[in-house]
Amino acid sequence: MLPFFSERFANPSGSHRFARDARRAVDEARDQVADVLGVVPGEVVFTGCGTEADNTAILGAGGLAVCAAAEHHAVLLPTEQHGGTVVRTDAAGHIDLDQLAEVLSPDVAIVSVMAVNNEVGTITDLAAVSRLVRSLAPGALLHTDAVQAVCWLDLRNIAPLVDLMSFSAHKFGGPKGVGVLTIRDGVQLDPLISGGGQERERRSGTHNVAGIAALTSALVETDSQRATENVRLGGLRDRLIDGLSGALDGVVETVPRNRKIAGSAHVCLEGVESESLLFLLDEADVCASAASACASGAMEPSHVLAAMGVERSLSVGALRLTLGHTTTLDDVDRTIDVVVSSVEHLRRVAVPRP
Amino acid sequence: MLAMSGGVDSSVAGALLLRDGHEVVGVTMKLWGGDSDTGCCSVSDVDDARRVAQQLDIDHLVFNFGDDFNAHVVDPYVSDHALGVTPNPCIECNRHVKFDRLLSRADQLGFDAVATGHHARIGRAASGSFTLERGADAAKDQSYVVHMLDQAALGRTLFPVGDIDKTEVRRLAEEMGLRTASKPDSQDVCFITSTGGRQTFLGDRISFRPGRVVDRSGAVLGEVEAVEMITIGQRRGIGLPGGGPKRYVVDVDVPNAIVVVGDDSDSLCTTTVVERATWIDTRTAGEALVQCSAHGVPQPATIAGDGSGECETVRVTWSEPQRRIAPGQSVVFYDLADKCVVGGGTARR
Repeated sequence: MLPFFSERFANPSGSHRFARDARRAVDEARDQVADVLGVVPGEVVFTGCGTEADNTAILGAGGLAVCAAAEHHAVLLPTEQHGGTVVRTDAAGHIDLDQLAEVLSPDVAIVSVMAVNNEVGTITDLAAVSRLVRSLAPGALLHTDAVQAVCWLDLRNIAPLVDLMSFSAHKFGGPKGVGVLTIRDGVQLDPLISGGGQERERRSGTHNVAGIAALTSALVETDSQRATENVRLGGLRDRLIDGLSGALDGVVETVPRNRKIAGSAHVCLEGVESESLLFLLDEADVCASAASACASGAMEPSHVLAAMGVERSLSVGALRLTLGHTTTLDDVDRTIDVVVSSVEHLRRVAVPRP
Repeated sequence: MLAMSGGVDSSVAGALLLRDGHEVVGVTMKLWGGDSDTGCCSVSDVDDARRVAQQLDIDHLVFNFGDDFNAHVVDPYVSDHALGVTPNPCIECNRHVKFDRLLSRADQLGFDAVATGHHARIGRAASGSFTLERGADAAKDQSYVVHMLDQAALGRTLFPVGDIDKTEVRRLAEEMGLRTASKPDSQDVCFITSTGGRQTFLGDRISFRPGRVVDRSGAVLGEVEAVEMITIGQRRGIGLPGGGPKRYVVDVDVPNAIVVVGDDSDSLCTTTVVERATWIDTRTAGEALVQCSAHGVPQPATIAGDGSGECETVRVTWSEPQRRIAPGQSVVFYDLADKCVVGGGTARR
């Protein structure tokens, strides 16, 4: 990544030798990305972020969109704002396949179902979704927001099931501000950003060469470690949740472990408010989150937990702990200690709420 | 824990707390999730609060108290209007959100006190109890809107700018280069837009009913479109032609959709009953100065129980007849020196 900020600082769209060097870096990156994602290089479009990839898919399809209620807002909002259909989820946050079948019709332009839920970690059965879409809405595009999937699922198994996939580098160790949308050959999408015609006119704008190089390195590295990290982090995740459940009453696992990725330890803690808990964890250098933040930085009540039918009284105690490649056994054990003591403190001093 | 609205008072309050050696964490409360163009929790106000916190080098957090705000401030505001009561939402926000919810959150998280940018002062009486006094700047005094604090709350609350006047607050902000130094004071109810106003806000939530405007004898003088929008004491917008004698709304009967208007003498009263009274220290009776709006002139009166034996109900007997107080308005009792808040409550329907 670093050379592209200095000695290799050129615009890959130029025609001189320095530009050709940058162009080569982008081309090689595209080959490597395509290999890991199970597509061909011409199907890889570099974007500015995962949200841009999602928006391009939904808005670029130019017609009726269908998505699940637990989708990221980058899919949910463009779908809702353009009169699309939102399908309910089951209690584990998985799209309700029966309702999906009901709403699929030849009028549908695009169906978007995330590969892995960003909040609670639920893995979507994309093979089942794909079968339904292909049989009931054969003209529709199938998009998956795979932003949270890269560390845990082999995309080569997902690519054949769908037409479009979204990714974001910072979810697998790359930098913020660069993403990918894969677009199956032959699929026409209206570009969200028009101009210089980069990315075969599918996404104009000067390439973020350093970001693309870094995204690629992180992706290749993540791919090579995925199998072992799934085993290692799955064990740590189990230790974390079991540790919390063993020491505390009222720990509700939001999604059964066999239905979610290995790195997700999402629980709801009865009788605790996330905002208070997160403050105490932060004081103890444990970084966690509860749901997603709004523009002001305030935690918003989770639309994912609401879609799953989790009572508000329980979802205010949501704790979203995520494990990744830097997480160690010591981290997990310290987190258990800090969460347990913080929750015990908060429950002891709790003010009854009307 | 410093409540930071993103305004100049709470910004300077933070700087003064640090000067006095306190450890400070700034908190902005996210209260209202709907449209807003006036209030204290818009994204740009949160940005201001966060940037001031960065400048002061203190942590800044945002707490989402939207559920509490809706339940204790917005929903009652709507249902009160539907009953012909004119509530003061900022006071209910102080009562339920800032000095209940935030204070207990601060306790839970191990903070010794909550500080705000209110212009009021907390002192100690000879007895050792806490007193709530008017702010040093008479024109900006906010003791009226924090009158509901009790001893337990006062003991854990700090008003760092209560001792200085607003000019000095702005001068200090300027001197320290705080970005909020010349930010205008917030004026309006934060959940009501200046473009749509109260009419739009309430109209979206309750169905307005037209009302008949009558005089004291019951003779019909005119009509209003929304009886829920009419407040006792109101002079304009009551569907009467101009040019005649000054007429005031002296009664609003929402169930029967009748607005009664009268002249100056009809709008006066000699007593006002106050409900849900709270006391700074102990329940008090006797002569007092009584203030009925945020910047109203305090009037001499005698306060006493209403004879019902309910300690939350107070009868205010005015020394001179006063214009009728709209039900729902806060009525605050001060000592005869007009310095300390004694207690206060809400004008009864």
